[in-house]
Amino acid sequence: MIDCKGLTKQYGRLRAVDNLSFSVEPGEVLGFLGPNGAGKTTTMRIVAGFLPASAGTATVCGYDVETASRQAKRRIGYLPEGAPSYPEMTPLAFLEFVADVRGLRGDERRARLDEVIGLLHLESVLVQRIDTLSKGFRRRVGLAQAILHDPEVLILDEPTDGLDPNQKHEVRQLIGGMARSKIIVISTHMLEEVDAVCNRAIIIAHGRILADDTPQALEARSRFHNAVTVKLGDSELLPAARDAIESLAEVASTELDENTGRITAFPASGKLPLAPIGELADSRRWELAELHLESGRLDEVFRTITGGASA
Amino acid sequence: MNAAWAVCRRELTSYFATPVAYVFIVMFLVLASTFTFYLGNFYERGQADLSPFFTFHPWLYLFLVPALSMRLWAEERKSGSIELLVTLPLELWEAVLGKFLAAWAFTLLALALTFPIWITVNYLGAPDNGAIFAAYIGSGLMAGGFLAVGSCISATTKNQVIAFILSVVACFLLLLAGFPLVLDVFSGWAPQALVDAIASLSFLTHFQSISRGVIDFRDLVYFALLIAACLYANTIVLAIKRGD
Repeated sequence: MIDCKGLTKQYGRLRAVDNLSFSVEPGEVLGFLGPNGAGKTTTMRIVAGFLPASAGTATVCGYDVETASRQAKRRIGYLPEGAPSYPEMTPLAFLEFVADVRGLRGDERRARLDEVIGLLHLESVLVQRIDTLSKGFRRRVGLAQAILHDPEVLILDEPTDGLDPNQKHEVRQLIGGMARSKIIVISTHMLEEVDAVCNRAIIIAHGRILADDTPQALEARSRFHNAVTVKLGDSELLPAARDAIESLAEVASTELDENTGRITAFPASGKLPLAPIGELADSRRWELAELHLESGRLDEVFRTITGGASA
Repeated sequence: MNAAWAVCRRELTSYFATPVAYVFIVMFLVLASTFTFYLGNFYERGQADLSPFFTFHPWLYLFLVPALSMRLWAEERKSGSIELLVTLPLELWEAVLGKFLAAWAFTLLALALTFPIWITVNYLGAPDNGAIFAAYIGSGLMAGGFLAVGSCISATTKNQVIAFILSVVACFLLLLAGFPLVLDVFSGWAPQALVDAIASLSFLTHFQSISRGVIDFRDLVYFALLIAACLYANTIVLAIKRGD
């Protein structure tokens, strides 16, 4: 497991990470969310053993990343921000280098190399120089390097940045497939990614934890949670329909989006307005173009929690 | 130790994956020959030895070795690959040693490729081959000393130009530590023991005795200690500057 206690990182007068404490258990996929400059990358760098903390401790599988760094690093696979590598090398030579430093030998080395090359579809670029590869391939080379030794802990700083939607999907599936047995920490500012792969999310801003919950629980904090959105086939009925929906006991308020003609009905506390709205539409014989239940919008929760904080 | 070896192999391969290796070797050979024949008057002297060849090595290394060492750490810092290297399960000293050994092996290769001149001098006369061999060893050790200084300085900056200039200056001062240019700064006020200590650091003094074919144990120890001290300092610099 990862255990961080009172992590602090001071850069001159700037406190990039401020007394951060959290722990992550096997099976958890933790998403680090936060505005740019919130301290996500700094925190990951401390846990991965790149940066020394100004105060506090981080342990990985029981090994302190400062005092037992080698044992800790053996158990970590780390994709640094921007997936740096050696531009003049080929992906194959690069992965072989990482395998050698990690002490992989013989059949195991061969098998692991084959597996990650297959998992990340690197076959076609194995002997091409890394500086001639597309951003997506470079990121995949970085990911391949991180999972090469089948680590217990994976720390991935923006793993899908620069990938196209298909590649993003594949990488998320890859992460999901490894999730059961490992501890995975990813940072991202793509909120749909949190929904797609994480079972826990920590929102940080100005180096502090502002929320630590499951993505579903975070969504439930949204005013859109359990809200219902309706679109009518006949736009002339809109004003009347909005009034009728608003008068329902289960509905606290409504909003009309003038551009799309969608009415969103926000629930009164603890009420579920979906069924009553459906019955209303039935009894008034509205022709419904859309009717759906909102689960909550993570981006809205994110904005509310971080208060537009950025640096 | 395996990690140091892996780093060393990676570095060596990288030299030959870029034009650096070829430019360095060709320029080293061209300049070494030019100095020997034009400045050293190899033929005109009419003596079957290689002293016109070895005399210029310190000055050749003064500019060529920092050009090689400047990238060792500055490039890793600049490109961000240092983050990858440092988070692999290796100790900093292993990375330092691996990179240094690769650069040194590469320099020794360039030095070894000057072998035609050894053949030439044997063709022309009957030189003291033992002395020439000793001079080669001395030259190689001196290159190692320059490299270690340069590697340590390279670790202090992200900027290769700064690393180059500082390394040239540091190597220049070390070369001439036994000469008035450096000693006069200290002789006015410092105790004689310190002045002597500084004078004994001179590359040139130590190299000159070896290049004449005299392998003095103290000269070998001097270069070995210098390399070890610089690489140790290199490791400390990296540990302190980790991450900025």
